[in-house]
Amino acid sequence: MEQITGSPLAIYQAHLERGELAYQWSPEADRAVFYPRVICPFTGSGKLEWRVSAGLGTVYATTVTHPREGAPYNVALIDCDEGFRLMSRVEGVAPEAVRIGMRVRFRIHRPDAGEPPYPVFVPAETA
Amino acid sequence: MEGLKRGAAAIIGVAESDLGAVAKDMSAIDLMAQGVQRALADCGLRLRDVDGLLCATAQSRTSGLSLAEYLGISPAFIDSTILGGASFMFHVAHAQAALQLGLCKIAVIAYGSTQRTIGRRHASVREYNPYETPFRPFLPSTAYALAASRHMHEFGTTREQLADVAVAAREWALLNPVAWEKKPLTIEEVLSARMVSYPFTVRDCCLITDGGGAVVMTSAERARSLNKPPIYVLGCGQAITHANISSMPDLTVTGALTSGRAAYDMARLGPGNIDILELYDAFTINTILFLEDLGFCRKGEGGAFVSNGHIAPGGGLPVNTNGGGLSYCHPGMYGLFLLIEAARQLRRECGARQVADCETAIAHGNGGVLSSQSTVILGTEATI
Repeated sequence: MEQITGSPLAIYQAHLERGELAYQWSPEADRAVFYPRVICPFTGSGKLEWRVSAGLGTVYATTVTHPREGAPYNVALIDCDEGFRLMSRVEGVAPEAVRIGMRVRFRIHRPDAGEPPYPVFVPAETA
Repeated sequence: MEGLKRGAAAIIGVAESDLGAVAKDMSAIDLMAQGVQRALADCGLRLRDVDGLLCATAQSRTSGLSLAEYLGISPAFIDSTILGGASFMFHVAHAQAALQLGLCKIAVIAYGSTQRTIGRRHASVREYNPYETPFRPFLPSTAYALAASRHMHEFGTTREQLADVAVAAREWALLNPVAWEKKPLTIEEVLSARMVSYPFTVRDCCLITDGGGAVVMTSAERARSLNKPPIYVLGCGQAITHANISSMPDLTVTGALTSGRAAYDMARLGPGNIDILELYDAFTINTILFLEDLGFCRKGEGGAFVSNGHIAPGGGLPVNTNGGGLSYCHPGMYGLFLLIEAARQLRRECGARQVADCETAIAHGNGGVLSSQSTVILGTEATI
């Protein structure tokens, strides 16, 4: 058996470094898989393809979390048009203005040096 | 649960350890041991009778080893399955299986936690998840808040209805001498309390206390020869739907739908036959979700169901009669206390909060972020 040379997370993060939101596609299940894995949870098969999302999605659930110190911030679940869901946040509007059903577009967020980039979203019409 | 036989095993002893804020430097295992000693005294058994040991705590990776060493026993059957706060309902099913197969004769289920004294960060260390942690979800609150947002969006559930759950729990707690909260609570106070994760204020969230306890189980035959009236296990069911909230298939439908059906099937009962409900209320939305998924109202109608004191003392359906995780006690993995309260209610030991004429009870456990669900249906001798 061949040993895995790039972990699912490493490949996902390499896409993010290039500014892309990647997900997996299971040809046997004919559907998207997220988070990235070594086997498909719908079929058990190791056959998974990498695809790059068009970056459009809809807010499925949203909350504003209030830390004891610092400003409240949005945490949301986004349903991407390709059929996968991920946790993220919607930026560019007040955290409490984020609504379920809102159309949103992916934007790469690059934190300070040392931290890997991660996907955030903005309202689709302002992107 | 195919293979488990209705009424073949019974709860014969129950006890809480010290609760609330325990003495400095008490350990989770100290509290487990105190609970075991008290629960054995409750049924008139001794430590040397125990040959089955089941336990879980967030504070010991191999709590089965630690507790067995502490108690000085080498149990024939041991299980430290840990699936969050529902772990102890899973333990009931496992203990019953072991008792039916003759793997042990007296099984003890134990829990202990000192999260209030040592701080939640130390008691329950969060695992790093590269797909969630960067977004700083304040777990578990943020995850349950996301579920609440979806319920409000789909069904029009209101913050006032969520607050009704907290107020009902508080009214029950005021009847429970060992409950943490001692003062009345109003809907307005819930709504105006410090916001944690919208729509939840701190009053929509479970307490952070210390605490522990134990439950003793044996076969139905053996149970009839002991101190207290046996409380029979009529039904068990379980379901795992996800681990992280971003992988929950539908945020408005929990695994309680599946676990409840399995438990009802085994018990040959339905929601209409259940007298009292002990539902894991980590957050106010939980009670609403579980009332719906366990069949006490239709999906989406849970908010209306809990309004106007319907689940409070004197209401139509007694729910969380000890005051719940919201007002009585919540050391992190609360499931064991639901079993203790259900058994005590069925034994009619509950003083001011005793529900009249109850013969059947549901103790429904929840673990993780609505991830693991396990339903146990208990009944008195009259149900056998």
